[in-house]
Amino acid sequence: MATSSTDVPIGPSSRAQENPSAYLTVDDRVGLLGAMLFMRAIEERAMNLYRQGKVPGSFYDGFGQEAVSVGATWAMAAADRLCVLHRDLGAHLVRGVQPAAILSQYMGREAGITRGRDGNVHFGDHRTGCVGMVSMLPDMMLVAAGMAMAFKLRGEQRCALTWFGDGSTSRGDFHEAMNWAGVQHLPVIFILENNQFAYSTPIKQQFAVNPVERAAAYGFPGVSVDGNDVEAMFEATRIARERAIGGGGPTLIEAVTMRMHGHGAHDDMKYVPKALVEEWRQKDPIDRQSARLKELGIDVEALRQEVRAEVDAAAKTALAGPMPDPATATDRVFHPRDADEILLGDGAAPWSGFGS
Amino acid sequence: MTEMTYLRAISDGLRTEMREDDRVLLMGEDIGVYGGAFKVTDGFIEEFGADRVMDTPLAESGIVGTAVGAAVVGLRPVCEMQFADFVSCGFDQIVNVAGKMLYRQGLPVNITVRLPSGGGFSGGPFHSQNPEAWFMHSPGLKVVAPSTAEDAKGLIIASIRDPNPVIYMEHKNLYRRVKGEVPEGSYETPFKARVAREGDDLVVITYGAMVHTALEATADLDGASVMVLDLRSLVPLDEDAILRAVHHCSKVVVVDEANQTCAAGAQVSALIAERAFEDLDGPVLRVASPDAPIPFSPPLEAAVLPSVERVREACRQLLEY
Repeated sequence: MATSSTDVPIGPSSRAQENPSAYLTVDDRVGLLGAMLFMRAIEERAMNLYRQGKVPGSFYDGFGQEAVSVGATWAMAAADRLCVLHRDLGAHLVRGVQPAAILSQYMGREAGITRGRDGNVHFGDHRTGCVGMVSMLPDMMLVAAGMAMAFKLRGEQRCALTWFGDGSTSRGDFHEAMNWAGVQHLPVIFILENNQFAYSTPIKQQFAVNPVERAAAYGFPGVSVDGNDVEAMFEATRIARERAIGGGGPTLIEAVTMRMHGHGAHDDMKYVPKALVEEWRQKDPIDRQSARLKELGIDVEALRQEVRAEVDAAAKTALAGPMPDPATATDRVFHPRDADEILLGDGAAPWSGFGS
Repeated sequence: MTEMTYLRAISDGLRTEMREDDRVLLMGEDIGVYGGAFKVTDGFIEEFGADRVMDTPLAESGIVGTAVGAAVVGLRPVCEMQFADFVSCGFDQIVNVAGKMLYRQGLPVNITVRLPSGGGFSGGPFHSQNPEAWFMHSPGLKVVAPSTAEDAKGLIIASIRDPNPVIYMEHKNLYRRVKGEVPEGSYETPFKARVAREGDDLVVITYGAMVHTALEATADLDGASVMVLDLRSLVPLDEDAILRAVHHCSKVVVVDEANQTCAAGAQVSALIAERAFEDLDGPVLRVASPDAPIPFSPPLEAAVLPSVERVREACRQLLEY
């Protein structure tokens, strides 16, 4: 991990250390791989379902970016809160959302998290402490800042986290959230998922100065991390969270990664040089974590099989589920006054450091 | 009961609810130390402290967006836009984040956004607008607009307690001009219309500052008996009260201070056309600001905003129909 130079990086500047974090047990390291395998298997299955016409609209995935959401979420406590973006399915998996509910969501089924009200990764299961994104991505930076503001006002040792992309750094809400968090010294972690492209626009047309450098101008640290190293992502987030709940204020983490697929399933990505994709394929986060675990004698292939079987079963369940009833299309626009209050619940927090 | 201005009634409602519910906090620009551009929160910071009467950065999207975040973890933020006009800078957070959260994810967003709105004092194009219809058109938002001191207090309390995002329109031209008896303590005004004056020959349907314009215009209208219906809530719209009034009077003038096209009154008129056609004894007439920015210079502004005379003229025309 190093603070970036003024050059806009196109990839991690150094190879990941073998053990980027001293805070992970072997079980943690296996858990991290498992969550990434789940994310990839679910998204690959969803892409097939899309091609079969079972996923309406388009489909958006985080292929090759699994480490960013999985590693960061692993460092978050149950009482922490997250705003999750569309290439961060791993966050939902770590927090405890079930694969069948996710596949149902993609297919617009009643059993999906939004019950067909919204599509693809546009969801948040509030029971797991997650708020789903809107398509105006940096909006969620302000929502995360607001959650952190509430924690601080109430004197709670809790932290909020959100992700956003390189394109988001061009919008005003990025500035408003960074500034607000800096001024109020909030316990919030902003993760810039720099995957080199916003749809077809490369980062050199998005910013003149790497946004991680802007953090200093808002009064808090910005660090660049190898976003394809799940353990490095965990460690950077763990440090940022420790700072946040200790009253040290926000952190901006730039996760340097690459969008390996098109913006959506409809995008052939012909604007991305093939050599660049090939270069990043060598840095695949799942391959890297698998190699680490194999050295420890873990049977990665067995884990892979296990995940695949579970996703197969989840797909079967999801496909068997009904579509939503059209008669309910206008339900739940307003919350009844006499209904129970609904707030974000606690999500799963599997890191051994929380002493579960 | 205590007599107070519309502005003091809003303050009284906010103070009452803040004393009763420590989850309520106020957020806005210059609302703390300075007490607000219009002094609605004057003295609040002394009683409730800077955490609950929060002077924020000058960032409307930031105010609404962070309020949404605070709301979903259990606070009850009340956001002040310094002028309603500036809500355009927070529009995305209101419309896309706050308004659609419950529908998409089953997570209610209990925020109130106060919009000091309206013209009549040379505020010019950016300090005079009535943007309520922007929000009426967007699902998941409630929109209320009190015209009296009593309702100003009761509706701010009801808005804070409502679990949905509520856009609270407070008309700047009523702040110190309108006074009334206001009940002590805590009470809620329902999101329903109110008959501001009974009448039989014609009904003027309106809300906010135009309720007073309508009352003045029809107080002595050649002996005609004119009802004035104060909508109070635009979302939900009290359709039953509108249809009852039309059934009773058969002649309808709809008044908006807002720009005419797609204003709240357009929705009222459409409702009447669809569901009360047989009750009508004449066309539904509308009085509103023409579709131009609200100008600065007094004669120009007066030429745009609906006046007592324009409302009276529309009523006369319809009574003679």
